[in-house]
Amino acid sequence: MKKVISRIYMAIIFVFLYAPIVILVLFSFNDSDTKSRAVWSGFSLRWYQKLFSNGELLNALRNTLIIAVVAAIAATVLGTVAAIGINSMKKWPKRFVMSVGNLPMVNPEIVTGISLLLLFVFGARLLHVELGIFSVILAHITFCLPYVILSVMPKLRQMDNSLFEAAQDLGCTPIHSFFKVVFPEILPGIITGAVMAFTLSIDDFVISYFTSGTTQTLPVYIYSMTRKRVSPEINALSTLLFGTILVLLLVINFSKKRSNDVKEKEEAR
Amino acid sequence: MKKILSLFLSSLLLVSCFALSASAEQEEPLEAEDTGITINVYNWGEYISDGSDGTMNVNQEFTKRTGIHVNYTTFDTNESLYSKLVSGGASYDVIFPSDYMVARMIEEGMLQKLDFSNIPNYKYIDEDYRDLAYDPQNEYSVPYTWGVVGIFYNKNYVKEAPTSWDVLWDDQYQGKILMFDNPRDAFGIAQKRLGYSFNSTDMAEWQEAAELLKEQKPLVQAYVMDQIFDKMEIGEAWLAPYYAGDAAVLVEENDSIGFSIPTEEGTNFFVDAMCIPADAQHKAEAEAYINFLCDPEIAAANMEYVGYSTPESAAKELMDEEITSNPIYYPSQEIIDNSEVFLTLPSEINEKVDKLWIEVKMGSSGSTATLIVVLLGFLLLYIVIVITKTIKRKRMNRY
Amino acid sequence: MKSKALSAPYIVWMCIFIIVPLFLVAYFAFTDKTGAFTLENIIQVGQYSDVFLRSIWMGALATLFSLVLGYPLAYIISRSSLRHQSVLIMLVMLPMWMNFLLRTYAWMTLLEDNGMINNFLAAIGLPRLHMINTAGAVVFGMVYDYLPFMILPLYTVLMKIDRSVIEAAQDLGANSRKVFLKVTVPMSMPGIISGITMVFVPAVSTFIISKMLGGGSNLLIGDLIDMQFLGNAYNPYLGSAISLVLMVLILICMGIMNQFDEDGSAEGGMMP
Repeated sequence: MKKVISRIYMAIIFVFLYAPIVILVLFSFNDSDTKSRAVWSGFSLRWYQKLFSNGELLNALRNTLIIAVVAAIAATVLGTVAAIGINSMKKWPKRFVMSVGNLPMVNPEIVTGISLLLLFVFGARLLHVELGIFSVILAHITFCLPYVILSVMPKLRQMDNSLFEAAQDLGCTPIHSFFKVVFPEILPGIITGAVMAFTLSIDDFVISYFTSGTTQTLPVYIYSMTRKRVSPEINALSTLLFGTILVLLLVINFSKKRSNDVKEKEEAR
Repeated sequence: MKKILSLFLSSLLLVSCFALSASAEQEEPLEAEDTGITINVYNWGEYISDGSDGTMNVNQEFTKRTGIHVNYTTFDTNESLYSKLVSGGASYDVIFPSDYMVARMIEEGMLQKLDFSNIPNYKYIDEDYRDLAYDPQNEYSVPYTWGVVGIFYNKNYVKEAPTSWDVLWDDQYQGKILMFDNPRDAFGIAQKRLGYSFNSTDMAEWQEAAELLKEQKPLVQAYVMDQIFDKMEIGEAWLAPYYAGDAAVLVEENDSIGFSIPTEEGTNFFVDAMCIPADAQHKAEAEAYINFLCDPEIAAANMEYVGYSTPESAAKELMDEEITSNPIYYPSQEIIDNSEVFLTLPSEINEKVDKLWIEVKMGSSGSTATLIVVLLGFLLLYIVIVITKTIKRKRMNRY
Repeated sequence: MKSKALSAPYIVWMCIFIIVPLFLVAYFAFTDKTGAFTLENIIQVGQYSDVFLRSIWMGALATLFSLVLGYPLAYIISRSSLRHQSVLIMLVMLPMWMNFLLRTYAWMTLLEDNGMINNFLAAIGLPRLHMINTAGAVVFGMVYDYLPFMILPLYTVLMKIDRSVIEAAQDLGANSRKVFLKVTVPMSMPGIISGITMVFVPAVSTFIISKMLGGGSNLLIGDLIDMQFLGNAYNPYLGSAISLVLMVLILICMGIMNQFDEDGSAEGGMMP
């Protein structure tokens, strides 16, 4: 009985979570001229066709990908180095640096957004440049950094510090011993941080909205789409994004499961 | 983990290749040499022919003919255009402010003078639209479109074409009325209803208009701009004041939607113009763009799609007779004479109007005391919790 | 050890991109157009106390609903078999991968007077409901957008609770309600705290959800700030002052929440 209730409850929540997505996907195939959102009038792929001839949108997609890749790489490198540095600090300075560094995570996004806007406008006037893809990248690195640091830190703490020293005693240079000893140990943390930074950057709207100047990222473009006459192109776009993610996750899950199965088999032997 | 990463990276590569190839496919062969220059154009939403349904894609055509690329983005009100220019740190090459905003920008030194030798097509602009009050010497702007404000209504629910702004205060349409989401247009309606000028410098009149808007607020479904297309088309809203040009989409494509200009009190006559901001990076290319849009052939194709009225007789001649004889797009002289133009307001009035507008939208009956009480309340709660916890801990330690 | 110096670039970065911008906000909040010191802006913020109260109230409601809806789900997931757990948690996270603007937009089309839900109600002969453009719709949108933020940290702590502790409580004669209230809930406190902050902070400061689902009269602090910077009433001085007050408010709220977290490990729950 209890199990049935919990099953039903779970089903209700999942319907709640997925209903709008299903509707979006369904209506991306709607063949309607009146652009009505609630009446089904036949199957068609024309909104997809339209989407792919929309230069502005593809441009926005490209910007988003460039920003996400650059910001994720920069945040990962800077964050990993910083985590190692912070890890070897004394208790109080460490606490201070960590809590200031976490501000972009704790602060409302809109406050981070406008504070960076003020900074960039100030800087742009000083250096006679304009806001654009570069300022968005700087902003994204800033809010991704704490996530990278927070995922690398625990791995560093788990690591035995004497290993690093031992490698040096055995004649490795500090850099060499870092790559031979420390790096492999904290790699999982670095990867988690990088993936997180990448996805956060791709999904960010609020901070890009305030710092992007004349550049459009995908979320900023979507926002301007919702402010205009709505076209089912937006549904087609959601469907494609959702499909990509779904496939990606399924593949990851599947490969994980297979490697688990292989392991199990090996253990059974 | 490594596997995940490699998968992740490869899929990323795939997606980006896909995006790049798709955008490469897009481009048509250029007729002119590729200049490698991109101009930033900032226009109203739904305000250019974008190539949908077999119409001309104006920006693509421009790139094809001149080899200059266009980064085209949109805004939705004059005021947000102003904010973005002042605070956004963005430098645009061509912008499309309306009359009063052109004047304000000239006054604040935000625009630069145009070199009309680069805009030979200016000769097509009719005399009536030159040297207007917002730019008396016509040095900074070239008119793009003009029009009047009227009311879109759903014929199924609003039986008679409204002839007065009063209908927007009629409570039988509660929750079905849309209202402008920008101060000048919204206040303008209230001012006309009260019989005042749009350009009053008497704060008492503005105050009165604000009270009228507050009174209307419970009836208003939402304050929107271009979302009215959507909300009117599917029948979510029944009444919406908006610009006449948008009838091209709303009225032509929907039998149930009508458009009417309130003749009892008069309406607003506006001109939207093309300008170059003071900090533009590519002035000559921007002028080429303006010149291109003034080309009668292009203007005709563009306006047929956009629906707003063109200031060029030469373009009008090339357009469909059905459009140019339609009183919605080209209203009678009588209506134009009965309408008023927005002028720029003195800056101290502007500031107060901004405040009144926030008051209308947000409600501001609150007082500083309330906020302080709230903040102190939270602070007190925090302190109480901290103290009780320390006491508790001390007690625990005692045992 | 030398590696302390490795944090130097980060500290420089932090100063430029976190501390300086916040000082700029504070600077703007206390100056006027001419650059002179003034308290005018801060005093003016008081006029908008209604907006603050409304935002706090809606944010708190959304947080409460997320907790009430999310806790049972997180609990059920944490009690299912390991194989199912990863699938279920992925299902919870999946919608988060889609841009929240699109998800909110989808609800707009569902909740409208002529939207999908009302058409469905009409089709089966039930009266239509007016949902869009109400305060309820805004809270609903917040719950929808931020529910996964509540479920994830809850799941992370609930999963870690040792079953033997619960069994021990049962062996000692506690009924299931008592076990839940006296053992499970207190042990999941860090998750609850972290979930509450992760929902409350974005909900209080949102400016999209209210715009899309709230219609004319349910605007929040986020909308007010947006209006002053890139919106229809340019005044970054007042906007900064409002942001400053919002920040102080949220810091106090978080301070209160952290007091309920015995181990000070709320942050741990943020990273599933």
